[in-house]
Amino acid sequence: MLSIKNLKVSIEDKLILKGLNLEVKEGEIHAIMGPNGTGKSTLAWVIAGRNDFTVEQGEVTYMGKNLLDIPPEARSKEGIFLGFQYPVEIPGVSMTNFMRTAINEKRKHLDLKPLSGAEFLKLMEEKKKLVKIQSKLTDRSVNEGFSGGEKKKNEIFQMALLEPKLAILDETDSGLDIDALKVVANGVNMLRRKDNATIIITHYQRLLDYIIPDFVHVLFDGMIVKSGGKELAFELEEKGYEWIKNKSE
Amino acid sequence: MQNNNNKLIDKFTRDEYKYGFYTDIQTDTASKGLSEDTVRFIWAKKKEPDFMLDFRLKAFRHWQKMKEPTWAHIKYNPIDYQDMIYYAAPRKKPQYENLDQVDPELLETFNKLGIPLEEQKQLAGIAVDAVMDSVSITTTYKKKLAEKGIIFSSFSEALQNHPELVREHIASVVPYTDNFFAALNSAVFSDGSFVYIPKGVKCPIELSTYFRINAANTGQFERTLIVAGEDSYVSYLEGCTAPMRSENQLHAAVVEIIAQKNAEVKYSTVQNWWPGDKKGKGGVFNFVTKRGICKGDNAKISWTQVETGSAITWKYPSLILKGNNTTGEFFSVAVTNNMQQADTGTKMIHLGKNSRSTIISKGISAGNSNNSYRGLVKMSKEAANSRNFSQCDSLLLGNRSGAHTFPYIDVQNKSSVAEHEATTSKISEDQLFYCLQRGIDMENAIGLIVNGYAKDVLNKLPMEFAVEAQNLLSVSLEGSVG
Repeated sequence: MLSIKNLKVSIEDKLILKGLNLEVKEGEIHAIMGPNGTGKSTLAWVIAGRNDFTVEQGEVTYMGKNLLDIPPEARSKEGIFLGFQYPVEIPGVSMTNFMRTAINEKRKHLDLKPLSGAEFLKLMEEKKKLVKIQSKLTDRSVNEGFSGGEKKKNEIFQMALLEPKLAILDETDSGLDIDALKVVANGVNMLRRKDNATIIITHYQRLLDYIIPDFVHVLFDGMIVKSGGKELAFELEEKGYEWIKNKSE
Repeated sequence: MQNNNNKLIDKFTRDEYKYGFYTDIQTDTASKGLSEDTVRFIWAKKKEPDFMLDFRLKAFRHWQKMKEPTWAHIKYNPIDYQDMIYYAAPRKKPQYENLDQVDPELLETFNKLGIPLEEQKQLAGIAVDAVMDSVSITTTYKKKLAEKGIIFSSFSEALQNHPELVREHIASVVPYTDNFFAALNSAVFSDGSFVYIPKGVKCPIELSTYFRINAANTGQFERTLIVAGEDSYVSYLEGCTAPMRSENQLHAAVVEIIAQKNAEVKYSTVQNWWPGDKKGKGGVFNFVTKRGICKGDNAKISWTQVETGSAITWKYPSLILKGNNTTGEFFSVAVTNNMQQADTGTKMIHLGKNSRSTIISKGISAGNSNNSYRGLVKMSKEAANSRNFSQCDSLLLGNRSGAHTFPYIDVQNKSSVAEHEATTSKISEDQLFYCLQRGIDMENAIGLIVNGYAKDVLNKLPMEFAVEAQNLLSVSLEGSVG
């Protein structure tokens, strides 16, 4: 589904990703771990298509297409979803209006008829139940005045509505209390299917108590320096990132 | 004496014929330039009552002594008032036979605004099937209104059918001496609308919703007069979301509203005159004087405006809160893009006790445009216990546009309170990327964000207008980012 080969990416002439390789197949959950400032979020943004980065070298193929040639909104419509580390507030724009626009843009792309207001509201209620969000988040403006936990839950709710093929969750677990963490994990598990994939970017092993990854990768200094199964996460938790640092030096 | 005057006027007007001022009776267009002759020509053409000639001439003489105001935050080349035509009968023949002949770009815009096809045809100047013709609808509603004693007609008709009513109220809120453009309008206005709601009557429909197409061809100097009797209610809509091209560069309208005791008037307007090209060439200069008076106790007037068009907008819908316990409201969204300039705002003059006013102004500037809010809140010594709340927000798109706020507050008594809040913000890259990542393209993203920002004001518009106005904001800002 996603294939990244020797990816080198810089921002303002500073090289951040220094030859990164990653293969993600349908049905898989990958966890990318690593200390702060090693390029985890940069990787998420490059896949989603943020344009303040320069791709110096390498290739990114998604569903057989060169992903780097596709504009960000088209990537979304083709099934890529980014759960933001810092979800953005858009005052005055209701969640309902925002997500209905998003869904109908995607449906247009897929040659489907737009959902009517009533159809959309029904879908929204279904998805709320699925990801166990009971609050009135959807009656409010996009992320406006939301607590940290509410914002992250709202990302999972949007993911449920958009049903992505490839979801990247960028530090979705950071700053969450245990209840919110369970909501996020439950959402990911409920939405897991044989034909989609998830990349979880996280600093801590904690989230992986609730979501069992197929692969764990350690990102350090712009490269994936170690890959393994879920046991790698426990090893990291135990030994700390110093262990990797020392190994890679 | 009156008789003598009439004779004199008659003589003068006939004299004009003698000098060949308009030799060809068939032409419906005044010759270029502005003089007392022009004023008389218009008066005669419109077959107005005598008092109007006196009014128009006084206005014209006063105008000659006035200077064009220069205090607004706008720049333009001097206007040559002698190089214009001040009266042309509205075109009646359709310009085209079918939609294929109309500029496709214009049709595209109509579609984006969600204007129904039959209305598109009328707006573009196409002959319309007799069945769909709005005239029949218009007639139905006129009948309904007449049953309640409501007068809703063109200004010219009102001068023919209800001269005393017009005479009593015209220029009572905006005297011709008020300002340069109001004086000019008073001298040469060609037509406009007249509304009279009798005592105790609630107008059953939004006035002008069903008539707006007929209003599409109004002239360059419009005049509107709305009189709401005691305990009455009316909601009036003016303007149109469709882009209005005009052959006239200068537009100077006057709107007067009078609300008697316990009356409520809601006035909503969408202005989308031709703004000129991207370099600012062409484009309408819109110098408008709008003012209302809450004359009796407990009266209420609201202005809601969405301003997206014109090269220059100079407009301050204002209210005089004369009665006790009166309420004044001003809700405004002003969008400027490319080289557009807007200097707009309001004046709230509190004279009555316990009078209340609310001002919500949302400016949006993109391209190389300049957008200014200018407001005055004045509370006289007599206006004890009055309150004002003002909120003036500016939203900037890109790095080349300007937003300015000029609030003036003058409170002359100790028991009144005026509050003013102002913010300036930008659409951030993060907000745009968030939308893009959800599959919403740049154009839609800006539309969403801007409509969210202006929601408080758009919510005040009547429903059918609000949807079109939302689309209008998006369309006006097309191509402004990225």
